[in-house]
Amino acid sequence: MANPVVTRAEVLEVAPEGAYHRLVLRAPEAAPRVRPGHFATLALGETSALLLRRAFAVLRADPAAGTLELVVAERGAGTRELVRTPVGATLSLIAPLGTPFPLPDGPVTALLVADGHGSAPLFALAERILERGGQVGFLLGAADAPGLYGVDRARALTRDVLVVTEDGSAGLAGHVTGPLAQAIEAIDADVVHACGPEPMLAAVTAAAAGHGLRCWTAVQTPMACGTGICMTCVLPVVGADGVSRFVRTCTEGPVFDGGRVRWADIGTVPDDLAGAAGMGGQL
Amino acid sequence: MDPQDVDLSVPFGPLTLPNPLTTAAGCAGYGRELARFVPLDELGSVTTKTIMLGPRSGLPAPRMAETPSGMLNAVGLQGSGVDHLIGSELPWLAERGARVLVSIAGERVEDFAELARRLAGQPAVIGLELNICGPTSAGRGLLFAGNPATSYDVVRAVRKAVGAALPVYAKLSPDVTSITEIAAACVKAGADGLSMINTTLGAAIDLDTLRPALAGGTGGLSGPAIRPIAVRCVYQVHAAMLAGRIPAAPILGMGGIASGRDALEFALAGASGLAVGTALFHDPTAPLRILDELRTELAARGFSSYADVVGLAHSRGRTRPERTP
Repeated sequence: MANPVVTRAEVLEVAPEGAYHRLVLRAPEAAPRVRPGHFATLALGETSALLLRRAFAVLRADPAAGTLELVVAERGAGTRELVRTPVGATLSLIAPLGTPFPLPDGPVTALLVADGHGSAPLFALAERILERGGQVGFLLGAADAPGLYGVDRARALTRDVLVVTEDGSAGLAGHVTGPLAQAIEAIDADVVHACGPEPMLAAVTAAAAGHGLRCWTAVQTPMACGTGICMTCVLPVVGADGVSRFVRTCTEGPVFDGGRVRWADIGTVPDDLAGAAGMGGQL
Repeated sequence: MDPQDVDLSVPFGPLTLPNPLTTAAGCAGYGRELARFVPLDELGSVTTKTIMLGPRSGLPAPRMAETPSGMLNAVGLQGSGVDHLIGSELPWLAERGARVLVSIAGERVEDFAELARRLAGQPAVIGLELNICGPTSAGRGLLFAGNPATSYDVVRAVRKAVGAALPVYAKLSPDVTSITEIAAACVKAGADGLSMINTTLGAAIDLDTLRPALAGGTGGLSGPAIRPIAVRCVYQVHAAMLAGRIPAAPILGMGGIASGRDALEFALAGASGLAVGTALFHDPTAPLRILDELRTELAARGFSSYADVVGLAHSRGRTRPERTP
């Protein structure tokens, strides 16, 4: 485990983009170490009654400029405060955190699937795949048009971009799972990468598996610390040894082989989970 | 006085620790992740996440809910069991020069004794903390600390198992009618010290799902939200010791410590040791910052050593310094 950088990062830009804000932060020590799929956490002000850091996938790390870019969705009082940070102020930043997407050794054709701003880590991933001579297609979904993030970024990287919204206000009407098979076949994908809510990741993993493809999933589980010490962000995951365990999405994740996550068992303790018997009937 | 000249060393059983700070059990895992941010040997000690005899899956997610100035957790004592701790974690901690207080819990009194026997003499272990009050399992068999008699039984069994050489601390829950009664029972049973407080039981309801925010229903509240409760418990128990109602024993104070000022408050109330918990989630480098701030706060008040201020709130105090307008 490389040591993450703990720093005060100057806010260089807060740019509204659709329903989101893109934060550009000066973090010259952290930027060179960020890989696609890594995340960063920000703390609120020292006088805030909200103590827990907020975790964000890194949209872009620019080692030359010494900057990190994060996409923030206003979900509550904490994220509202963050997007109102004045330019020039500093925020407490920890990065890089988590286990990033595995990068292919050679050329692959990857379908990148996201819901809302789950797309944030996928653009840097697409650049790495393209650099290695591969190809990418995007399937971007959201509840409505403002909820989409980065359609233009995707189109700048590839002609294969499918957009789907639940209310039909942009692209096809429905969920990302609707045109998923079509999107896989259109680019003849070798692998799928996805980021979004758990039910969507479960469905995308299943659809990929139906085509014989592996799906790497980046989860968005709420976490208290982001550093691996609080043990609150766990999911049931099958290990390489075939044993299922509760593992931390902040350290072992947030990127998992979707085929190893027991999506249907989230929110329960399956009987065959390591240590389930040790709960002594307390479930 | 120069803050760097302030002596933070404190006695702990037969040892002298370089400073009074430890990690609160369950807030630093077994140290590996925290070591990326803080050299573990710079802490007075490291208290490891509560270990039981066998592996335990813990409760399903969601295990956490943020609340004003604090958080609720219902992790349910997830752990890999004592064999893993002894085989993998303690040797790693020993290599890093960490001094380790091992938090243990059992479903039965005999489990505590068995764990204590297994852990005594292991590398890096300087003491045991008995988690007799896991609040996320309150009312489901693990809450020995709710009752003086059961608290006594657990401490007595561990004391017999390890003899006098290894310091044994009992961790107390604030969710009792009289914490001094439980404290008295623990010290009379042979506890070398008292850790207080564990989290206090709370709950939150998710307004979207219309269900409890935690899969476990209820959870332990921690963070600055519970600091006044913790300071009260330390103050009450230390007062009872001064009055002779409880045999004197050191108190390891914890509950929302996030700054040197908070640390000083606990010391004045009577804590000879200090644990940082939830603050680590906000800032994993907090322990070293808190130690620096504590030296500054002590020096600013003219104290040259931490030991000089422990329990001072029970004496006459001093006049508030005049401020020049």
